[in-house]
Amino acid sequence: MIDDFIDITLLAFLAITAIAIIRMRNLFAVIMMFGIFSLVSAGLFVVLDAADVAFTEAAVGAGISTVLMLATLALTRGHVEKQPAHKPWLPLGVVIVTGIALVYGTVDIPAFSDPQAPAHQHVAPRYIEQGQRETGVPNLVTAVLASYRGFDTLGEVTVILTAGFGVLLLLGRRRLRKTEEEDEQ
Amino acid sequence: MEYLHGHYNYWIVILLMMVGFYTVISRGNLIKKIAGLNIFQTSVFFLYISIGNVTGGTTPIVADGFEQYSNPLPHVLILTAIVVGVATTALGLALVVRIKEAYGTIEEEEIHNQDESL
Amino acid sequence: MTDNLILRVIAKLLIPIIVLFALYVQFHGDFGPGGGFQAGVIFSVAFILYAMVYGLETAQRVIPESVLRLLASLGVLIYAGTGVATLALGGNFLDYNFLAANPIAGQHVGIIVIELGVGITVSAVMLLIFFTFAGRGQS
Repeated sequence: MIDDFIDITLLAFLAITAIAIIRMRNLFAVIMMFGIFSLVSAGLFVVLDAADVAFTEAAVGAGISTVLMLATLALTRGHVEKQPAHKPWLPLGVVIVTGIALVYGTVDIPAFSDPQAPAHQHVAPRYIEQGQRETGVPNLVTAVLASYRGFDTLGEVTVILTAGFGVLLLLGRRRLRKTEEEDEQ
Repeated sequence: MEYLHGHYNYWIVILLMMVGFYTVISRGNLIKKIAGLNIFQTSVFFLYISIGNVTGGTTPIVADGFEQYSNPLPHVLILTAIVVGVATTALGLALVVRIKEAYGTIEEEEIHNQDESL
Repeated sequence: MTDNLILRVIAKLLIPIIVLFALYVQFHGDFGPGGGFQAGVIFSVAFILYAMVYGLETAQRVIPESVLRLLASLGVLIYAGTGVATLALGGNFLDYNFLAANPIAGQHVGIIVIELGVGITVSAVMLLIFFTFAGRGQS
């Protein structure tokens, strides 16, 4: 009962923040609202019993992503978004059609938090019942991430490394002023 | 009523997804597009975590006194997805910085005009 | 100096606590929420706070960029190296049962080592990305 109330309140906050991000034109305020969005969604993940996910979302979303966006804003120096030129009827139409299609897709979905749903039937009971016995680790998420599905985590770490390389290649050693001097010569 | 109680979570998540989608396709500022993309990603994460939730269950950390646990598999998938999402955001923001240096603006229409006038 | 005084004092108090918390999250990821990714991000946040309060050049003297590049690749090497080690010891790739005499001890060793690799790579890459963004606009 109180769980549902907290759930609905946090989801309402999220919806308000998301709509505020669309409507506001001051980019600094948009980035701050984005940080609030990440933090409230981390709280919602805790209510939905996902502690590791909440931890990562709070650290990565409200931490690193917000800092990088602020750094980009400082580098691009454009603080106010321009007023859009055409009326947004076509994007609104596309979004409404997609939304209706997705809601039509959730008509048959099993009810929220039903223990008999197919998602909980095949591999998950084996992980829950034998995870601690086979890996010696009580945290089932770490056991699945590091031991049962360790190969995927190797790929994920490689993706992070590649992103680091990409940013180094794009924004590497050469400074902004130096490039302009080279162009003038 | 039972049906509504079992499904309202998914509908609000779809509303958030559509808000993020709308931000990406209708606004011209590049930083706002990236913020909208992140909103879209986060609401997709909600969808998966909602599917993995179990009534009366608790966080999937084995402890004495708890019998029902939430499904750990969606948590693992979303953990990977969050980190890959931040990697993509960092690369996208680096591209925005380079675009600003090359074109002098981060508004999509002005970039388009500059490209067409070449 | 005086207008940054509060920031500097609080940062000096907080940064060791943040680093300690990151190490706690890293090595307690087996028993509570946590693990390599969260610990790596929190560890890099400590140094980002230092760079924000004391300046980018000072932070780059504490951790030079060449060291960060080395650490980033070292983490992935540790992770994949564990897999190759299990191959050499007779099992499949990333089959931790072969890393010690007892399969459960082997799993424990394997999980701790690869989480360490993940934590090292994530913290180094997040710091690298921040330093690159912050160092771009200056001549």
